[in-house]
Amino acid sequence: MPTFLAAKPAAHEEPAAPQSPSEALAPAGRLPINFGERVWRLRAGDRGPSLLLRARPALTGAVAVALIGALAVAGMAMGSFTLTPAEVLQTLLGQGTAKTELVVISWRLPRVLMAIVIGGALGISGAIFQSLTRNPLGSPDIIGFNAGAYTGALISMLLLGGGFLSTTIGAFAGGLATAAVVYLLAFKRGIHGFRLIIVGIGISAMLGSINTWMIIKADLQLALMAAIWGSGSLNTAGWERAVPLLLIAVALVPALMLLSRPLQGLEMGDDAAAAQGISTEGAKLWLLVIGVCLTAICTAAAGPISFVALAAPQIARRMTASGRVSMVSAAVFGALLLLASDLLAQHALAPIQLPVGVVTVSLGGIYLMFLLFREAKRS
Amino acid sequence: MKSQMPSTPTVSKAALPSGEGVPEAAPGLMRVNSRRIAGAVAALVLLVLIMTASLLLGAREVNPMIIIEALTGAGTGPDHAAIIDFRAPRTLAGLLVGIALGISGALIQALTRNPLADPGILGVNSGAAFAVVMGVAFFGAREMGQFVFYSFAGALLAVTVVYFLGSRGRSGGTPIKLTLAGIAFGAVLSGITQGFILLDESTFNAMRFWGAGSLAATPSGALGWLSGTVLLGVLIALLISRSLNATALGDDQAAAMGAHLGRTRVLVVIAVTLLCGAATAAAGPIGFIGLMVPHIARWISGPDQRWILLYTILLAPSLLVGSDIVGRLIIRPDELQVGIVTAFVGAPVLIWLVRRKSASTL
Repeated sequence: MPTFLAAKPAAHEEPAAPQSPSEALAPAGRLPINFGERVWRLRAGDRGPSLLLRARPALTGAVAVALIGALAVAGMAMGSFTLTPAEVLQTLLGQGTAKTELVVISWRLPRVLMAIVIGGALGISGAIFQSLTRNPLGSPDIIGFNAGAYTGALISMLLLGGGFLSTTIGAFAGGLATAAVVYLLAFKRGIHGFRLIIVGIGISAMLGSINTWMIIKADLQLALMAAIWGSGSLNTAGWERAVPLLLIAVALVPALMLLSRPLQGLEMGDDAAAAQGISTEGAKLWLLVIGVCLTAICTAAAGPISFVALAAPQIARRMTASGRVSMVSAAVFGALLLLASDLLAQHALAPIQLPVGVVTVSLGGIYLMFLLFREAKRS
Repeated sequence: MKSQMPSTPTVSKAALPSGEGVPEAAPGLMRVNSRRIAGAVAALVLLVLIMTASLLLGAREVNPMIIIEALTGAGTGPDHAAIIDFRAPRTLAGLLVGIALGISGALIQALTRNPLADPGILGVNSGAAFAVVMGVAFFGAREMGQFVFYSFAGALLAVTVVYFLGSRGRSGGTPIKLTLAGIAFGAVLSGITQGFILLDESTFNAMRFWGAGSLAATPSGALGWLSGTVLLGVLIALLISRSLNATALGDDQAAAMGAHLGRTRVLVVIAVTLLCGAATAAAGPIGFIGLMVPHIARWISGPDQRWILLYTILLAPSLLVGSDIVGRLIIRPDELQVGIVTAFVGAPVLIWLVRRKSASTL
């Protein structure tokens, strides 16, 4: 939907969130100047290693994780074969009957795990792209990944018949090729957020046209199948999809830890980041690559699910009441958002199974409207 | 940074809708009025040529003499009938829809001071799609002629909701609040729309064709109504073009200069709804014209809204009718929907513009 995307990015460029430079610039390990925020210091023994925990993010994060746990249990308990939460927990601990094991472990657990991992990964990639473009409405969509993945998946579905593997490979190849083309077209003495957005919109619009044309030309059944894939759905989740997703996601964690510091530096602008000793173009390229990889594994597993990457970092920022979006909190709230949306998609209109992407768009829109009401009240 | 990216500061300011930065008045290609008038005459000639070509070209070749005969009513034959019944209404619809999309794009970009705004941002397209889906799913609408009604009503309703949602609070309908309200309400509507489309095969089938955007399906009975609406919208646009020049300076300065900000905003919203709503009703959601053409017009004429509007009126239908001709010829005897072609004509120009140093200070 390129026209819908078109005005988003620049329209919402708010003044940079209040951020204490001293906090970000403080060398690791030293207590930064305190601006009235409650900070807990955890120390092992008298002189052992210590950890600083900011109270608000730690508390809201803990609540969110508890909610994820509760929703996960609920997700495994609900369905045509209803279980009690106690039965679910017993089964997870290996003490269930053969029947509950089949239902919980084989059918429902992979879906819940996929919702959590995909939500988390999309949240992180949203945080990366919003920091890179320094725009609260940046998301992986802006580099055309999703449009390209859809094109690739459509081609392989319409030409090769749409097995899981060929669709996944098509989406992967299409998305990566589009991201590379957008990056190259936007590159001109460095990558600049505004140019990246415009080029992304242009390429996405062209791919969107190709997609529309293929959907029109295709056989109705096939086109409908492709459109459901294109709105993002967990309805076909299973271990054969969850296992590769989990493995790749775990493998990306060290890279994310290495990049989290440059990411926060880049949020203050290229010059400030360079002054901190960050190699800005290198860091941007790596962040783009990791962000695209995260989006790619999610798209491969469940199709392009919209709005999670856009909304999760924003929700995280408001919930943790902090100026910057940390990758961890974006991941936690992304997982929570997608898990809750998937429960709604499965059970709201049961037995009708909605594609989860339909629910995330509506939930995200309602959340934005709520924000608007709150800000109108304040002014 | 400055030496690395000379255009950066002005771009980010121009992209800010909040009115903090006054967009730098980038001079256009034409710096004196005599050259602007000459350029406008050239654009008019281009438009006339393209419209003539639209009558001539298509699945069957027609002798130019037959067009004159057909339009003056002299002579009857299969070729005459093809022109009177199909190509003339289609060309006229292209002219009207092009003007409507272009002008509403120019207005919304001037109002939000955002070069990336397009008329869909106020919820026109998502409202129209939502209403058409409701019509198909619940009221058995199956034909383009019925879609016109639903689509226009949906666009009107959606923009009304967005406007009231976005103008709550003391500061009224500031550009950023309107934009946010449009995106939020549009997302909710499109989520519901998608749900209906994906759950029902026949709805999906109807919507995949409507969503592509096509001039071929415009019922010729809608032309009179379409031209009246477009004329009204263009009149409003021309009346407020001077106030829009003041709006470009930012809310505070515009108020200091004596511009009626509230009145201008309401009139812009009304004009955009009429124009974009009518265009979407007649041809389905067609992207890119509203976003692109005002940029090209601004690039030629400089930042004066009156010139931008004039060039947009001439260039937008040229692009749309031109794209329609391409769509008719490229896979003969089949046709490519015009909404599909515009992105292919428009996107390369947009990318080329943003890669040019001077053009990115739009």
